[in-house]
Amino acid sequence: MIQPAGTSATEIRALARARGRIALILTTVMIVIYFGFIALIAFDKTLLGRRIGSGLSLGILLGALVIVASWLLTWFYVRWMNANYDTALRAIGDREAGR
Amino acid sequence: MIAQGTQTSIGQPNVVAMVFFFVIIAITLGITYWAARRTRTTEHFYAAGRTVSPVQNGLALAGDYMSAASFLGIAGLVSTTGFDGLIYSTGWLVGWPVVLFLIAEPLRNLGKYTFADVVALRLKQVPVRIAAAIGTLATVVFYLIAQMVGAGGLIKLMFGLSYETAIIIVGAAMIAYVLFGGMLATTWVQIVKAVLLLGGAFLLAMLVLARFGFNPSALFGAAAAKYGDAVLAPGKLVSNPWDAISLGMALMFGTAGLPHILMRFYTVPDARAARTSVFYATGLIGFFYLLTFVLGFGAMVYVGPDAIRAVDKGGNMAAPLLAEFIGGTPFLGFIAAVAFATILAVVAGLALAGASALSHDLWVNVVRGGKASGDEELKVARGATVVLGVAAVLLGITFKGQNVAFMVSLAFAIAASGNFPALLLSIFWRRFSTAGAVASILTGTFGTLLLIWLSPTIQVDVLQHSGAWFPLKNPALVTIPLSFLVGIVVSLLTSPSGANERFVHHERQMHMGAASGD
Repeated sequence: MIQPAGTSATEIRALARARGRIALILTTVMIVIYFGFIALIAFDKTLLGRRIGSGLSLGILLGALVIVASWLLTWFYVRWMNANYDTALRAIGDREAGR
Repeated sequence: MIAQGTQTSIGQPNVVAMVFFFVIIAITLGITYWAARRTRTTEHFYAAGRTVSPVQNGLALAGDYMSAASFLGIAGLVSTTGFDGLIYSTGWLVGWPVVLFLIAEPLRNLGKYTFADVVALRLKQVPVRIAAAIGTLATVVFYLIAQMVGAGGLIKLMFGLSYETAIIIVGAAMIAYVLFGGMLATTWVQIVKAVLLLGGAFLLAMLVLARFGFNPSALFGAAAAKYGDAVLAPGKLVSNPWDAISLGMALMFGTAGLPHILMRFYTVPDARAARTSVFYATGLIGFFYLLTFVLGFGAMVYVGPDAIRAVDKGGNMAAPLLAEFIGGTPFLGFIAAVAFATILAVVAGLALAGASALSHDLWVNVVRGGKASGDEELKVARGATVVLGVAAVLLGITFKGQNVAFMVSLAFAIAASGNFPALLLSIFWRRFSTAGAVASILTGTFGTLLLIWLSPTIQVDVLQHSGAWFPLKNPALVTIPLSFLVGIVVSLLTSPSGANERFVHHERQMHMGAASGD
């Protein structure tokens, strides 16, 4: 009895650590992207005012890309969690229930 | 009232607006009647019986979040200053991935009704609940004042009602939704509002883009041709670089500390549903903020900054004026009604979050030591709703004509510095102690209040003094790190007995959910 319970706890902890790592990396990426954008606004206004194409400035394009990046990061996280984390957790739960 | 060369019927009673206004009131009260018969327990009242689907919650989160400040405010800011408004469009979105990665799932697994459930879980209930209730109520009250004052002004402008009448209508509708229909009615009011707002903004943006061959670049180019290239580049809103970074921090981390947003994660069945609902919410809110780019520059081109400022100094009427230009008085009426629905939904969510702090955190867990019956808690929660609703109306009338634009970013700064650090530390740091949590929340909340008082936001903009002691308009750059630091140092100094074991005990619940916990 003690052995499998201990295994589950260790597995859950390993899984939690993997989730924590992904969460930390993605949060850092989001922070770098957004504050990179803000730093450009704060320190290099002329660069952001540069035109690329008829009416589009680099600043407006980057602003839209910050929003797109937020979508991609959340999409990646949800996909990773659904595919790896939930499956592994369910396997642990099933094994314990069958015990 | 009417600017030179601009014809607008804003400020005069608008038949279409009135019709939509009554249709929205009728539909939402119908929903409330339906929800009231399904609201019998505290779990129904606070969490809609935990039966809300991920798509519904995604829409409701979007509805709770997209306030009049973001719809009317950003469109106004972009239309009068150009690029600068986009700092808000992006900043208000990037908080959502942070909520998803760090907060949503552990919150759903560890708590019941409020975010204080999670912070207090393995700490001493009474001090933590009191501190968290202070953080919650400070956030809710400032957010509510901003919404009420905005509502009074907007409804007066759009429907020609008096300010006080407008405030009382909003307050009465808000009390009715929450008092009778609890979270179920509030959720559906949010969903109706989100669909109306997204649909209205999308339609308006498409009608603008149709005039430019559906090429946004051509629209931006037209704005630059008319008002100069400067409108496409950062301007004077960010004259001090540190101001931009401080504001960005409040916007990014404030979302993860807003009580009415956090509360919504308890309405879904499990952590997986909470996760999926943030994914939908991020998609919807991001889409909406992309539309604000088009609405703002569209209003700049077709209405013009001077005409917009002539109707409302803050620029808040940019989107309605654009609607009037594009689709005449009927479309103005529709957009006005959408703005009204937006305000109603946000204040309902805020009232419910505030009522939960009063009843669940303060009454049940502090006054009654966690030993109140469900019936008693439900009665207190409903009483608290009425108290908050009346307080919101009185505050709205008290602050009539005051400059309250800063109160939304103040609410975000308090949420980011008072609530977010304690919540994050309680989830991820096993040595976090009761004293650390209380110190962190109180430092973040009162530090933000003190620094905003000493900042140019109050000293220069509101009190008209020539200078301010504290240089930044938004204190988040100082108060967020300070709140973390205080929480960590105080926790290390007050080594808690047994905190480590309790953390290990709850670790399993945090990852697997309460059902499989113990």
